[in-house]
Amino acid sequence: MILIIIVYILLISAFLCLIRIMLGPTAPDRTVAIDILGILIVGFCALFALTYNLDFMLNIAITWSLLSFIGTIALAKYLEGRDFDE
Amino acid sequence: MNEIISYIFIVIGALFNLFGCIGLIRLPDIYNRLQASTKCVTLGTSLLLFGVVIKTGLNATGIKAILCIIFILLTSPVAAHAISRAAHLSGIKLWEKSIIDKLDEDNKQKQNEEKGKEK
Repeated sequence: MILIIIVYILLISAFLCLIRIMLGPTAPDRTVAIDILGILIVGFCALFALTYNLDFMLNIAITWSLLSFIGTIALAKYLEGRDFDE
Repeated sequence: MNEIISYIFIVIGALFNLFGCIGLIRLPDIYNRLQASTKCVTLGTSLLLFGVVIKTGLNATGIKAILCIIFILLTSPVAAHAISRAAHLSGIKLWEKSIIDKLDEDNKQKQNEEKGKEK
């Protein structure tokens, strides 16, 4: 019962992130929202691992957090207007 | 007893996530949004993973969750700092009621010093 409430809270927060991606006026707004969505997905993976006793979901969570970091850094460099090797 | 404590941590973490995302919708400016949402969501997800650690104990699953907490606490502030610097350098204006902009003052000071050296 309580896990269902937690999943609904996280789904509402992910939906708010999607709204910001949809109507954010500038590109950095959307980048921030994508970063936040990646961290929320890490929380979802941890909840899956807890609920269904799936060990490998935490491997997915670790990988997702590192890949989301790399993607955000690449987008920030792109917005700054520099090449990737500077 | 362990289960109750872990569920308390998980609920607090999920509520932090929700409040961070409300800040992402509600605030007027990219910099305000960034400082509200990034800090709240980082703390909330760390609390949620800590609840998982308490529930499972220190076996393989719990140590993976601790690694995940460490990675999030290391990477999320760096990413937020990179985004805010990129937004400032790509010329996005502050909210009109913002008072202070230290990075802009620093850039102007550096430009003045370079002009002085050229002369």
